Amino acid sequence: MRNVMAVAGKEMRAYFHSPIAYLVMTVYTAICGFVFYSSTAFFSLQSMRMEAQGGMGMPPLSINEYIIRPILGGVLTVVLLFLIPLITMRLYAEEKRSGTIELLLTSPLTDMEIILGKFLGALLLFAILEALTFAYFAVLYLYGNPDVKPLIANALGMLLYGGALLALGMWFSTFTKNQIIAGAVGLAAFLLLYLLDWVSAYSQGAVGQVMSYIALTTHFDNFSKGVLQLSDVVYYSSVIILGIFLTARSVEALKGRP
Amino acid sequence: MIEVDNLTKRYGPTLAVSGVSFSVQKGEILGFLGPNGAGKTTTMRVITGFLPPTEGKVRVAGYDVADEPLEAKRRTGYLPETPPIYPDMTVNEYLAFVARIKGVSRRDIKKRLDEIVEKCAIADVRNRQVGKLSKGYRQRVGLAQALIHNPDVLVLDEPTAGLDPKQIIETRDLIKGLEGQHTVILSTHILPEVSKTCQRVVVINAGQIVAVGTPDELTRRLQGFETVLVTVEGPAAAIIEKFQRVPGVNWVEPRESHESRVTLEVHSEKEKDVRAELARATVESGWKLYELKTSGLSLEEIFLKLTTKDLSEEAAVKAEKAAN
Ligand SMILES: Nc1ncnc2c1ncn2[C@@H]1O[C@H](COP(=O)(O)OP(=O)(O)OP(=O)(O)O)[C@@H](O)[C@H]1O
Ligand SMILES: [Mg+2]
Repeated sequence: MRNVMAVAGKEMRAYFHSPIAYLVMTVYTAICGFVFYSSTAFFSLQSMRMEAQGGMGMPPLSINEYIIRPILGGVLTVVLLFLIPLITMRLYAEEKRSGTIELLLTSPLTDMEIILGKFLGALLLFAILEALTFAYFAVLYLYGNPDVKPLIANALGMLLYGGALLALGMWFSTFTKNQIIAGAVGLAAFLLLYLLDWVSAYSQGAVGQVMSYIALTTHFDNFSKGVLQLSDVVYYSSVIILGIFLTARSVEALKGRP
Repeated sequence: MIEVDNLTKRYGPTLAVSGVSFSVQKGEILGFLGPNGAGKTTTMRVITGFLPPTEGKVRVAGYDVADEPLEAKRRTGYLPETPPIYPDMTVNEYLAFVARIKGVSRRDIKKRLDEIVEKCAIADVRNRQVGKLSKGYRQRVGLAQALIHNPDVLVLDEPTAGLDPKQIIETRDLIKGLEGQHTVILSTHILPEVSKTCQRVVVINAGQIVAVGTPDELTRRLQGFETVLVTVEGPAAAIIEKFQRVPGVNWVEPRESHESRVTLEVHSEKEKDVRAELARATVESGWKLYELKTSGLSLEEIFLKLTTKDLSEEAAVKAEKAAN
């Protein structure tokens, strides 16, 4: 554990001593802010309209349903497809390029300690991004009262979703010593996994179902609705474990041809 | 302390190291000498556990690097060809990180850091970013990194490559100072390094060991016969004839002639010093003697002899194959 923390700390340090963390955070908060602003504006417009029409006996619009869900499920999941490769691309590629991989692999650490340390470091940076999102949502409490329970599901879902992308991105970064290539491969793969959801809508039967099941974003739907479903938790956890396992395999193979 | 037993390493189809065996005693400094592409780095990477061997066994401090990698790695310090630095860390941060992953207990880290920056003469740059240091300092930080957990075994891959002469001497002295406390294996293709710092030399070429011994032993073994260089002013042909008749002389070869002076290479029988006789013969004949010295093969020449012989054999084999 001590070793995992040492590696995780090193990764966090690297993120905040390079432009990456700031770039990712700036882009992310800017987009987040923009979507937040436009959806709250839309929401207030809608609410006023309903008020003007006398409510028609309908319950008031739900903040969770009209603001939080579209932001998380509709926009941020897609934005993260682009930002996470920026976080993961350096994890192994940079160590391979600079030769520090020799330091790590000749230290008394297991491969798994290194992998988990790196994953944890990246996940911590992601958790900061996520905290920024939820800081926006906290503003909603000043003017309304969104439900807390769905928010917890939202937060957990986002962490799992991010974790899954990070684990896969880490695997891609073991392929090459070139960060840019690692990032591009990650982005391409993520977009493909995302598009599977779209394509599945046009395919019939089992194939469509399988594609829809594999697609990264479909399982986020329930979380964004605030619904915690075991199958979704299992899906993302499996992707995380798969990513870590594939990274371990790849690091093992790397020793044959550094 | 280090036992390499019949080590073979292949990268796909390329055979980088083949059937290499040697061992390094506790406290000894062993030089690993060979031309580019000989397989030095590959061997060291197997010793440090970075690469698994294709065949053969390597034991470090009694632990097999394949079976008990963590125990072996705990006792090994490694300076790769390029110092493995994180450029944006300061020297302090970097060494503290390395100390942590090498298993130095949190309590001891500060003390160890203070000792090591003193030992490696990098105390004055402790708070500078490693990436902004000069090559020489970076190399010393690399050495400090290898020593931070006070390992029994040190593996140094070309520790003086790219340093200026003053720094080379300082680094050599530093390594020399490790003798007795640490077991060191260092690779190089710069020869003076070996004769100055190492007690024993392993010469490797094209993945195979071609010679092992102390620098002196290697010199003696390869000479086989004594060679004396004589520079005399006088008629070349007559001098050669006279020298041929000196007892103990096998043959005489002219090396160069400059105006009326000739330099001759006199090969004598083993263990026979013919210098006094040559001097007398020269003076008796009324010629002027300018220089008289034995020409021991320099380590450089031995190195070339050892490593080019095999290459030319290889070339011959290739040529034969091509002819068939
Ligand atoms: N990763 C690799 N993949 C394929 N071949 C390699 C690899 N690393 C080294 N080789 C080959 O193995 C042989 C030995 O290389 P090695 O780096 O061990 O030599 P060296 O003695 O360290 O040379 P130098 O003095 O240049 O550092 C060379 O022929 C080299 O081309
Ligand atoms: Mg080398």
